[in-house]
Amino acid sequence: MEAFTTHTGRVVPLRRSNVDTDQIIPAHWLKKVTRDGFEDGLFEAWRRDPEFVLNKPAHHGGTVLVAGPDFGTGSSREHAVWALQNYGFKAVLSSRFADIFRGNSLKNGLLTVVLPQPVIERLWELSETDPATEVTVDLVTRTVTAPGVAEEFTLDENARWRLLEGLDDISLTLQNESHIAEFEAARPSFLPRTLRV
Amino acid sequence: MGRTLAEKVWDDHVVRRVEGEPDLLFIDLHLLHEVTSPQAFDGLRKAGRAVRRTDLTIATEDHNTPTLAIDKPIADPVSRTQLETLRKNCADFGVRLHPLGDVEQGVVHVVGPQLGLTQPGTTVVCGDSHTSTHGAFGALAFGIGTSQVEHVLATQTLPMAPFRTMAVTVNGELPADVTAKDLILAVIARIGTGGGQGYVIEYRGEAIEKLSMEARMTVCNMSIEAGARAGMIAPDDTTFAYLAGRPHAPRDAEWDEAVAYWRTLRTDADARFDHEVVIDAAGLAPFVTWGTNPGQGAPLSQSVPAPGSFSDPSAQLAAEQALEYMGLSAGQPLREVAVDTVFVGSCTNGRIEDLRSAAEVLRGRSLASGVRMLVVPGSVRVALQAVEEGLDKVFTEAGAEWRHAGCSMCLGMNPDQLAPGERSASTSNRNFEGRQGKGGRTHLVSPQVAAATAVLGHLASPADLSDVPEPAGV
Ligand code: SF4
Repeated sequence: MEAFTTHTGRVVPLRRSNVDTDQIIPAHWLKKVTRDGFEDGLFEAWRRDPEFVLNKPAHHGGTVLVAGPDFGTGSSREHAVWALQNYGFKAVLSSRFADIFRGNSLKNGLLTVVLPQPVIERLWELSETDPATEVTVDLVTRTVTAPGVAEEFTLDENARWRLLEGLDDISLTLQNESHIAEFEAARPSFLPRTLRV
Repeated sequence: MGRTLAEKVWDDHVVRRVEGEPDLLFIDLHLLHEVTSPQAFDGLRKAGRAVRRTDLTIATEDHNTPTLAIDKPIADPVSRTQLETLRKNCADFGVRLHPLGDVEQGVVHVVGPQLGLTQPGTTVVCGDSHTSTHGAFGALAFGIGTSQVEHVLATQTLPMAPFRTMAVTVNGELPADVTAKDLILAVIARIGTGGGQGYVIEYRGEAIEKLSMEARMTVCNMSIEAGARAGMIAPDDTTFAYLAGRPHAPRDAEWDEAVAYWRTLRTDADARFDHEVVIDAAGLAPFVTWGTNPGQGAPLSQSVPAPGSFSDPSAQLAAEQALEYMGLSAGQPLREVAVDTVFVGSCTNGRIEDLRSAAEVLRGRSLASGVRMLVVPGSVRVALQAVEEGLDKVFTEAGAEWRHAGCSMCLGMNPDQLAPGERSASTSNRNFEGRQGKGGRTHLVSPQVAAATAVLGHLASPADLSDVPEPAGV
């Protein structure tokens, strides 16, 4: 995983709440067996509308998605995170994220930041007034800054450390091999096994 | 202080606990399907890793599989590649697979319980958010992303940050015409699609204890639609009776040992939940959704709400956008909403009891003209049982299509889809924009409401069928 320290980029304001993962990447895209090539599927249905924010030239090249509450609800598809990253987003800002989506994003190095709704609205207004406005998301100092905005955010220390270092979870877990083996040896024999009976 | 059910199961699975780090949890059962696993197996291959516990892992094909002509090669080459990839991965890594055509094939969340693999007090994961279904057995079961699928394949563990706990207590008795589906839709409308965020919900109370195992699965299945990571119900005699004799249930002395342990899996009297919601079962009624998220629902007897009736501005905006997408107007009675498609199936309502209750309503009746109805059993076993009971005949005689098992129109990854502007009454779990096909409009309903709707051509409950016979003592 790529490490995340700090990122500065333009805002893409997505004035919608409850953006579910079916909207982020529709199911028919889930037939692919790779982690890349999902950028054209991102918000596919909404992109057919010329007025949709991703279709406005002024917002092209934006890398920080600022969305309404309950972003990433619904299906657990990690493809939603890959689609956002394939398209070029580095961070998503919202007042509330669905749990599985948040977990998936942090595992892939897409920084998801929880901010109070008034700050989200302020960022929407800033970028709608001047689409060139840049925002900085700094994981080292845990702040989001933009003209007139300087907001601290919290992130679980462990998740932050993994992101900052770009660490791979599996290698970290495998350092606990002896603990896992010990746990396995003590499991009761009545527990189910999938071996054919 | 006492512990909740969820906390007990959690504690029994901690492999390693270190201050300031997430707990490392052991996973008892890992379910796989074709959509969320290919990139995980790919990761294993790249890192030269094996599947640590093939004996705790099982795969089935469900999302992409066709429900017609299953003996012919799959027409869509991309779907075919995904299924072939799963078959190759399972063969290469030694994972048990139930492919299309196998008697144990079906929707992953129907297959696990019916094999007796889902057991009380276990941890169950799958790269699928509706893994919450398995919580009906008192298992701690949750959906994970593909990176986590790879993590579990490689280590049989997951680092997990602790959950908060919520009790949803349903007191009293459900009225005769109210099902588990109506109950959970009402719960979601009450707490909202984000209300369960960060929580494991335990459903309890008299009305829950009286539910069958299949109805409990319907309730736990939709926990994710309230944003919760998992839903659970304490195991009891109903649970044990369901499990006894299933292929993977313990036997003889091990059965007794298991039941003795399972009986300890109850929330202690002095345990505290972080949040509690109390619902009066007697006040519930058949419930349907009118919007584009599962929290946008109302009793069938009501009308489409006016966006202005919501106090929260983002809920107002969401309602406006939903009504526009759904082609509905505020004040329209829900009973007058006409549908052209009815779907009975999915991991929410594709089990044998669901098919029985839909068939009961349809018996001797026929579909309204212009309505097509798809009945898709949740698994091949469910289909075989239904055929044995003659339910397939009831459906086909009424004019419905009897299909092969799979996810089907729940998410429209196979050819079973709504056309733009088509409207369905669906027993599935998600009414998101385009979920059942581009531009398709979905109303979530119970199997009974689905069947009555198919007969009348508009949203309806069995009570609306004037010639309705008295239900025969159910
Ligand atoms: S039936 Fe629907 S919700 Fe259930 S696993 Fe299949 S696609 Fe997902």
